[in-house]
Amino acid sequence: MLPNPKPEIQNRIRLTAEEGAWLAGEAGPAIRRAMEIVAALAQIYGAERLTPVASVQISGVSYRNIGAAGLAFLRKWADEGASVRVPTTLNPAAMDLEAWAEQGFDPTFATQQQAVIAAFARMGVGGAGGESGPFPTCTPYLVGNVPRLGESVAWAESSAVAYANSVLGARTNREGGPGAIAAALVGRTGAYGLHLAENRRATLHVRVRVALRTISDYSALGALVGQRAGSRIPYFEGLPLERGAPLWEENLKALGAALAATGAVGVFHVAGVTPEALAGPVLAPAHETTTVADLAPGYAALTDAAARPALIWIGCPHASLAEIALVAELVRGKRLRLPLWITCARPVKAAAVAQGLAGDIAAAGGRLYADACLAIAPVRDLGFAAVMTPSAKGACYLRNLAGVSARFGTLEECIHMAVTGGE
Amino acid sequence: MKLATQLHLEGRVIKAGRAEGEALVSPAPMGFLGGVDAETGIVTEKGHPLEGQCVTGKVLVFPTGKGSTVGSYVLYQLAANGLAPAAILNAESEPIVAVGAIISDIPMVDQLPLERIHTGDFVLVEGARVTVRPRLPADSQG
Repeated sequence: MLPNPKPEIQNRIRLTAEEGAWLAGEAGPAIRRAMEIVAALAQIYGAERLTPVASVQISGVSYRNIGAAGLAFLRKWADEGASVRVPTTLNPAAMDLEAWAEQGFDPTFATQQQAVIAAFARMGVGGAGGESGPFPTCTPYLVGNVPRLGESVAWAESSAVAYANSVLGARTNREGGPGAIAAALVGRTGAYGLHLAENRRATLHVRVRVALRTISDYSALGALVGQRAGSRIPYFEGLPLERGAPLWEENLKALGAALAATGAVGVFHVAGVTPEALAGPVLAPAHETTTVADLAPGYAALTDAAARPALIWIGCPHASLAEIALVAELVRGKRLRLPLWITCARPVKAAAVAQGLAGDIAAAGGRLYADACLAIAPVRDLGFAAVMTPSAKGACYLRNLAGVSARFGTLEECIHMAVTGGE
Repeated sequence: MKLATQLHLEGRVIKAGRAEGEALVSPAPMGFLGGVDAETGIVTEKGHPLEGQCVTGKVLVFPTGKGSTVGSYVLYQLAANGLAPAAILNAESEPIVAVGAIISDIPMVDQLPLERIHTGDFVLVEGARVTVRPRLPADSQG
């Protein structure tokens, strides 16, 4: 091994004196490595400087994804004393950190998944908003990590990125797993892409000429437009949506998640609804126009018609309290023949329990699981070869990540399937 | 005819460091998850130009990275097993291999004219500077 020369300054990006000192190792090895990652990524993406971030959302939490190597690295970083500088929340784990045995997880896997969470906890990752945590979720904005309009953050998790940029008007690119951890340790990320106002204008005008009635209709719309959009920024006109109306945030959550799952969409705008569209014109002079007049192809493209569902999954992205209330209403007094799992953030589950919603769902045979995401779980090992969901993103990832058959339908269709068992 | 001259190149530092070794050049992008076996250091991707070759201790030269983001952690595992490449040189690096190199302490430089480096050349990496000594048929250690 040759001796290390003096740390080469990353000379194509302007760093502050403090950032330069961190890169030189003056704050220890964990911070030096974090600065190396943030600076290298900033350079790769063509940033000229870094920007402070108000919060971080970390991905790469499921042990099924990161494996032994990922866990070893997280432990090393925690051992070096790494500690987050800004409020930081975690993406979902593969399983409910408490009820994993009921879900059917293997104890060895569960131990490894717990160890991943413990390593993050040692780095100070917790619930934003003063709660202890960590509460693994893809909806950090439902558990206190709520960035403000115009504020830069460093979030991984594509659906949360779409929500933060579009619904909240915050600014973030889609960070990768280790990149987001590094951003949390130094409280900065590269100032490029969606952090810059000039890159946030819409380049695809979407004229919606079809009635949208349910949350899953917004999901189907997102799946259709995401495929057409690629990396362009959609501007929706013609949505029957009003700020503050019931479920308006759930509809946008579903729309953004599907856009980001089927396209490389990090931000979208909705006429008269989203903050940047309300503030002024957001459509770039050079843009294309597309029209959506039928949602059926969106549902059909994500449905393996031949496969009979063995499980109904609701909560992709993690369900809000209002969505859990919708399910409770539909199953109250019924007896489900198929297992029904609702995934949500742990504080949301606690609220659902307190309001009696969890009890109503349990009485019908359904279950509320916190922390968990089926898309990143070993679904087939749990005994499910086909899953039905009212989420386009869920169906897409069940196929592509979990490797099982999927069916995408409305919430009513999903509950009907659960009640009848598909007969 | 002149003696073989050393070639001096200057790129952009992704991970600062100093390393030397024999070049192993891939004309195709490389992915590490499912592309390189972390227990042996051998390229396992079917049909890859480097399939069957070992990256351990080599100055690994390829245009850019590809594949799953978990590839960063595969590089880390390679390094933890003592099987990492000595250095990585890219034309244009992307986040997966860049992050992998940084967390694994593998010196890495990009924005280099890779067509001037050939498998078997001796390469010295010092920060942004890359010195290449071409391998000659009758190379007598310079």
